[in-house]
Amino acid sequence: MNPTSSLTAPGTGVKGSGPGGKADADRPASGVTAAERLLSLVQRQGVLAVLLLVVVIASFAYPTFATLDNSRGVLVQASFLSIVALGMTLVIITGGIDLSVGSVFALGGVLAAWASQWGLLPALLVPLLVCGAIGTLNGLLIARAGMAPFIVTLASLLGARGLLLAFTDEGATTYLVPKGSAFAELGQGTVGGFGYPILVALALFGLGGLILQRTSFGQTLFAVGGSADAATLMGLPVARAKVTVYVLSGLLAGFAGALNAARLSSGVTIIGTGMELDAIAAVVIGGTLLVGGAGSVSGTLWGVLLLAVIQNLINQIGSLNSSYQSVVSGGFLILVVVAQRYVSRSRRTL
Amino acid sequence: MTTQAAAAPARATATRRNTTAWFQEYGVYAAVAALLLFNAFFTEHFLTVDNLRTQLIQVAPIVIVALGMALVIGTEGVDLSVGSAMALATALLPLYLGYGLVPALLVALLAGAVVGLVNGTLVSVVGLQPIVATLALFVGGRGIALVLADGQLKQIVNPDLLALGTGSLLGIPLVVLIAGILALAVAFLVHRTTFGRQVVAIGGNRKAAALAGLPVKRVLIGVYVLCGALAALAGILATARLTASDPSSLGTLMELSAITAVVVGGTPLSGGSVRVLGTLAGALLMQLLRATLVKHDLPDSTAQIAQAAIIIAAVYVARERRSR
Amino acid sequence: MAPPEAAPPEAAPTATSGTAPSAAPTVLEARGVGKRFPGVVALDDVSFTLRAGETHALVGENGAGKSTLIKVLTGVHRPDSGELLLSGRQVRFARPSEAQTAGISTIYQEVNLVPLMSVARNIFLGREPKNRFGLIDFPRMHAEAAALLGGFGVTVDPRRALGTLGIGTQQMVALARAVSVEAHVVVMDEPTSSLEPREVETLFRVIDDLRRRNIAVVYVSHRMDELYRICDRVTVLRDGRHIHTGPLAALDRMSLVSMMLGREISEVRRHGLTSFGSAGHDVAREPVLTATGLVRRHQLDDVSLELYPGEVLGLGGLLGSGRSETAKALAGALSLDAGEVRVGGVPLGRSSSAAAIRAGISLLPEDRKAEGIVPGLSVRENIVLAALPRLSRAGIVSRARQDRVVDIFMKRLRIKASSPEQKVGELSGGNQQKVLLARWLCLEPKVLLLDEPTRGIDVGAKAEVQALIDELAQEGLAVLLVSSDIEELVEGADRIVVLRSGATAGELVGENVSEDALLAALADHTAPADAAEPAGAPQPPDPAHPGTPAPADTAAGAAGAVPLTQPAGPGSPPDAAPTTRRAHQAPASAAEEDPR
Repeated sequence: MNPTSSLTAPGTGVKGSGPGGKADADRPASGVTAAERLLSLVQRQGVLAVLLLVVVIASFAYPTFATLDNSRGVLVQASFLSIVALGMTLVIITGGIDLSVGSVFALGGVLAAWASQWGLLPALLVPLLVCGAIGTLNGLLIARAGMAPFIVTLASLLGARGLLLAFTDEGATTYLVPKGSAFAELGQGTVGGFGYPILVALALFGLGGLILQRTSFGQTLFAVGGSADAATLMGLPVARAKVTVYVLSGLLAGFAGALNAARLSSGVTIIGTGMELDAIAAVVIGGTLLVGGAGSVSGTLWGVLLLAVIQNLINQIGSLNSSYQSVVSGGFLILVVVAQRYVSRSRRTL
Repeated sequence: MTTQAAAAPARATATRRNTTAWFQEYGVYAAVAALLLFNAFFTEHFLTVDNLRTQLIQVAPIVIVALGMALVIGTEGVDLSVGSAMALATALLPLYLGYGLVPALLVALLAGAVVGLVNGTLVSVVGLQPIVATLALFVGGRGIALVLADGQLKQIVNPDLLALGTGSLLGIPLVVLIAGILALAVAFLVHRTTFGRQVVAIGGNRKAAALAGLPVKRVLIGVYVLCGALAALAGILATARLTASDPSSLGTLMELSAITAVVVGGTPLSGGSVRVLGTLAGALLMQLLRATLVKHDLPDSTAQIAQAAIIIAAVYVARERRSR
Repeated sequence: MAPPEAAPPEAAPTATSGTAPSAAPTVLEARGVGKRFPGVVALDDVSFTLRAGETHALVGENGAGKSTLIKVLTGVHRPDSGELLLSGRQVRFARPSEAQTAGISTIYQEVNLVPLMSVARNIFLGREPKNRFGLIDFPRMHAEAAALLGGFGVTVDPRRALGTLGIGTQQMVALARAVSVEAHVVVMDEPTSSLEPREVETLFRVIDDLRRRNIAVVYVSHRMDELYRICDRVTVLRDGRHIHTGPLAALDRMSLVSMMLGREISEVRRHGLTSFGSAGHDVAREPVLTATGLVRRHQLDDVSLELYPGEVLGLGGLLGSGRSETAKALAGALSLDAGEVRVGGVPLGRSSSAAAIRAGISLLPEDRKAEGIVPGLSVRENIVLAALPRLSRAGIVSRARQDRVVDIFMKRLRIKASSPEQKVGELSGGNQQKVLLARWLCLEPKVLLLDEPTRGIDVGAKAEVQALIDELAQEGLAVLLVSSDIEELVEGADRIVVLRSGATAGELVGENVSEDALLAALADHTAPADAAEPAGAPQPPDPAHPGTPAPADTAAGAAGAVPLTQPAGPGSPPDAAPTTRRAHQAPASAAEEDPR
């Protein structure tokens, strides 16, 4: 008798049709194929390649682009958005979204400028406290009350903007940061020509990458985004992870706002609108899946830089109206997400 | 046997469920009524024809955009690019008014439809999430509008176009009349046409709809095109009222107002249902709320915070529905 | 990679049924546990004891409360009443993590891991090995994962994303995760439902190993042979109540089945029959549908079949054989790489559901919830969904025509709903299935493709659906019946096409439409199926005496897999009926027992 003439019970049904749920039992369970590696590399580092390409071309085309001064300017400009986008990356990896960061960014700046009259520490603590509270509220409503992140953070976008207006006499008051204070120095000082905000952003990204890739908490974020149900059944603290990312997002947005206020020496009330969408765009361009479960902070960094470089280039060209900036970012966004879509599609059918 | 066991406890929780269901169903209308009642007693000159007229004129563009948004949300989607579609429409108007009003209007509407076409294609053919797909044109659309208008605000002097914004028929402002007719049309579309039923079915279960032979891609594209065209129309009417084309500011945050109106009106974000009357009431509620606060000398900040609270409350109530 | 296939048949038996360590201490106990959900009493005063080192079968019909009990034991649900004792101490689990910390780990029927993450990360999620800086030590994690999986005979790069692996391999990863924690209790909820025979053997070896390490296993399965092969004791639940606990060897299959069903044995025998008519159908000469050489990468590899008006054609095949894919391909819902579908001689052309429906093909999909009903819409709208264009003029739906159609089909199919306005999501599974049947029948199709039409619906509705299938064929409709229920196929179909590895492997006609012949055809990987004879089927040990150790061996899944997976030996047809039925209804259990 054929020794393999055994059969699974006929009552077997097709279940758990994950991406691999096809009839691939006959496929060798071998290692990662070269093609898969390449695709995953493109997905992860494709932006970096595009960024380098743009930088190289721009350096040749516009001599003013590759100067040290210009690079420093680009980097400082990018540092604030990058800090906001860092928080957004964590949120998006868990499958969520935080639309409130623009308002929170502005609120953080105003609060910091107001509190800076009492010194450096209050100028940092006050915005962190308030923005952290907003993040906590977002997180609790999403993770504990089970409401859609999109709509909850949409409401806190309005709420935070309302708070800001209430705090500044409907936007009439602009708080100024005392000249020469330690807080102003934080925004304007430099090390080797590079502004503190750049260094702070880099440090935060280093820390963020470490936490995301090398700690259990980071792994939990990926698991929550990949499959919240599975994560729950595996005994991972899903709700806690969700609340934490929104708190972090609020804190980072508020902190970025404070840094920005320090740099501008005042709590500007009208900034931050649309910033959430820039941040999302940077994160998505950086290769983080908007559905959650996959992504990296380094990709986000490249995404932010790419947006900043494009903006700078459009300024360099001069003859171009600054509104081309948004046209190009919008175009890039479409390109990247469509490419991502096809990459992940071909990955699945490999 | 399961059904028998189900009967008794079902009755026990019925009361609570009915209360929630009542709020889901009629909460928004009750809120509008309560707000009107409050104003009737505590706000001077609120329930006057003039004031109500002003409120309706102000809410009309939001209603028009929200109608399209309701359809999109009914398919389990969302359209962030409506503000950009409005900006595009307003940017194109002065460029083509030289050829006459009708061509200019058609070009503006077409622009909105093209925005919708791009969105719809990205969502249905490429398979992107609606938030990302429409985010691209949210970012890029206004940029294109500004490029077209050269970043400039232009005064509109065409009397026919301006009449759209200020004229009235039988005492009803044209803007309000148009919004009302469109609401009726969308309600008819949703409830009585094949297209409308397909929209709701696709939102309710896309896979099942596809297997039932529904033209899923076509319907999705159609919905986004409608939404874009309605947004463009709102942009035209708003331009007519402003008597100027200002692509840099027209329609900013419109996506928020429209989504708020739809959600507060009881259409679930998870798709599968479109509540037209609820959307009207939702838009009206937010408008009246703001007006009430303004009349009582409460600042804009308070209005925004109140708006945020109402959105949260509305979604919290709707959440119960989904968990049933 | 695989364990040696040809192992000596006289090797030591794997299963030691009936030799439970009776003196072993109780590790886990549930006392008088009650749990109710809105509308359902899922558990009513249920008690359950688990001894160290035993493998304890938990059985019951759908809705009996197995899944709920497991979820209470593993901290997913909190019981409304009663208490849990772990090693004699009372415990309360607020969430799954607490149960896991306490040493209870679980393998679920559906793989509950994260597809986008790597194999190693999935195994170690939440308890990753750390280096001295408190950071995850990936090299160590990968090495440990590889070693762990290697122990199960699975060689897979632990860095690979889980989602790129086959379901069976994914389940082995889940198994690796479950046993790699320091567990006293491992709960397995239908772990074999997606495993290959070889993998089932590996699982049984792992269970043996757990037994040796004095770890208790709760084993839920609908497959009698598996239970009798590896379990020591059994607990039977019915309608949320505890019915029986005792040594499995002391119960024969009929008694066990009658306990599960709550019926007399004689009744069980009678009830095993399906509700198909006994007479054959008048089958036309010309096929209405012909499929030739259907190919789709990874799924279909040369499927051909013909379907005649007035017949019920069965489509049989094991998991992954391409049965559902074939049905979907015929209905235009899957694009094809090669091959052609013709209806009435006319090629269908480009794959599209709409085109297939226009040509008269209707598909009742396998997954009722995900692909069939639109839960938020009313019964009426669900019925007319596909027929909307026909019921409208100039895009406007005609209310009168719509109501007429709905009325006719609600009556004909006896759909129990409070009104046509009731939301389909509120109906029972059987009525949902009838609504879907109505959706397709109101299109007046020529060809009806039914993919698992009776899965997960109650006995009454099942009988009605089966009778309806019969009736439709008699009316001249061509019916393709895809079913994993052997009994349903054999009794319902006039002819059976057998699929293996995505290709048509043979056809059973006339006398050969029998359970034995079908089993042989499904099992045989080499001989043509239509040549298989009942005598050629592997001879299992007498299932009536499960105490007898099965002639299985620890090393391989060769001959040992035969008794465990074959529900009915040629000599014991009465046992077969309920057994297959249980297995058949398996997939619905989770959904029906866990109303959220």
